[in-house]
Amino acid sequence: MLKEKHATEIEEIISRYPVRRSALIPLLYLAQREEGFVSEAAMKEIAGLLRLTPPQVYETATFYTMLNLKPVGKFHLQVCKSLMCGLAGSDTVIGWVKTKLGIGPGEMTTDKLFSLSAVECLAACGTAPMMQVNEDYYERLTEETFDRILADLKKDGTCSLKTGPFMWPEPANAVKGET
Amino acid sequence: MESLEGKRGLPRIKPPFPATHGLYNKPTVVNNIETLANLPYIVGRGPEWFASIGSPPKSTGTRVFCVSGHVKQPGNYEVPMGVTFRELIYEHAGGMRSDKPLKAFIPGGASAPFLTPSHLDVKLDFESVAAAGSMLGSGGVTVMEEGTDMVWAALRLMEFFYHESCGKCSPCREGSSWLVQTMRRIVAKRGQMQDLETLVDLCKNIEGRTVCAFGDASVAPIMSTLKHWRPEYVTLIQEAESANLIKLEPAGVRH
Ligand code: FES
Repeated sequence: MLKEKHATEIEEIISRYPVRRSALIPLLYLAQREEGFVSEAAMKEIAGLLRLTPPQVYETATFYTMLNLKPVGKFHLQVCKSLMCGLAGSDTVIGWVKTKLGIGPGEMTTDKLFSLSAVECLAACGTAPMMQVNEDYYERLTEETFDRILADLKKDGTCSLKTGPFMWPEPANAVKGET
Repeated sequence: MESLEGKRGLPRIKPPFPATHGLYNKPTVVNNIETLANLPYIVGRGPEWFASIGSPPKSTGTRVFCVSGHVKQPGNYEVPMGVTFRELIYEHAGGMRSDKPLKAFIPGGASAPFLTPSHLDVKLDFESVAAAGSMLGSGGVTVMEEGTDMVWAALRLMEFFYHESCGKCSPCREGSSWLVQTMRRIVAKRGQMQDLETLVDLCKNIEGRTVCAFGDASVAPIMSTLKHWRPEYVTLIQEAESANLIKLEPAGVRH
């Protein structure tokens, strides 16, 4: 139950708004942080907390694609496949995931470490191709950086290649992430 | 505002406008972050200073353009309004990434109609881009080199619109799904000539018939690629016809 574990945080979130329902999306996000996705049990609990009906919670939760309604891997790779990334090779990135991890969009590795989604524009078109892993952006992907990201995630649970800064000319040591 | 109220992100019917009935039905001012980012400088240095930059009368100041696609140095560039696309693409963004020439570009994000190399000397201000038949919109400039399949490009954008349609208005919700299916059929070389009419017909029935501007935006890629590169659609369909690949498919099937 979220309530027992996060009582103060939940109180704080609800107190931010003059209307209880406004706390809905932040609370769904909290539930997702807890389990990796928003479960039906969590939605029911949130409905109770905000004095909403479960369908009211469900209709909002199903609208926003950043909320996962099904379990995802420990690292949820979201590769952008819209046009600007497509021009820069996002299909190739999806291909790397397939060959290196053996999963396609909508699938998860058997060890539940990685899952993949092909998503629409994440507003980093200028640094395409890109992917989001959990809450972090990884941009201007090359096969070299991609391999390193996967290896680091497996080893340390994070990777220093996340989020820029990106500039031209590229710093010579950019690939090592020591900008 | 709907999201802040914990609801699905559907547009509201206007009027009433947010300025009188906004968040929690109270007067609300909604501003783009771009506007807010400009404010301190205008307040600090005065409106005359701001108006002296850029391309008067309407397009003054600078804007950040996000150049993406087949250029050497894609990224975000802040330039005075009124520089030409040629300058932005060839000087700031380093030119084309290979020796292939430019084939097409989108001047202002996914909802702006495609333009051709003949529009490279158009100035990056609201009036000039509008006169060229497109819009400056979000300032996302996407560059495509020779050899890019324009039907594929339009399909990719259409898939984006299909996915992002909020579902409130039927023309946009259903129309975007039909458009994606028809486009996929053409790209997969199973299209027929009459599909082109269907596309135009669908687009015309979405445009102007929705609560928000998203419906209008979603038809721009298909309408503009049909206008400038119709032969590419025709070739795909002719290949389908000559290989006799056309199978009638029930409409409304999700691919
Ligand atoms: S198209 Fe991939 S981030 Fe915009």
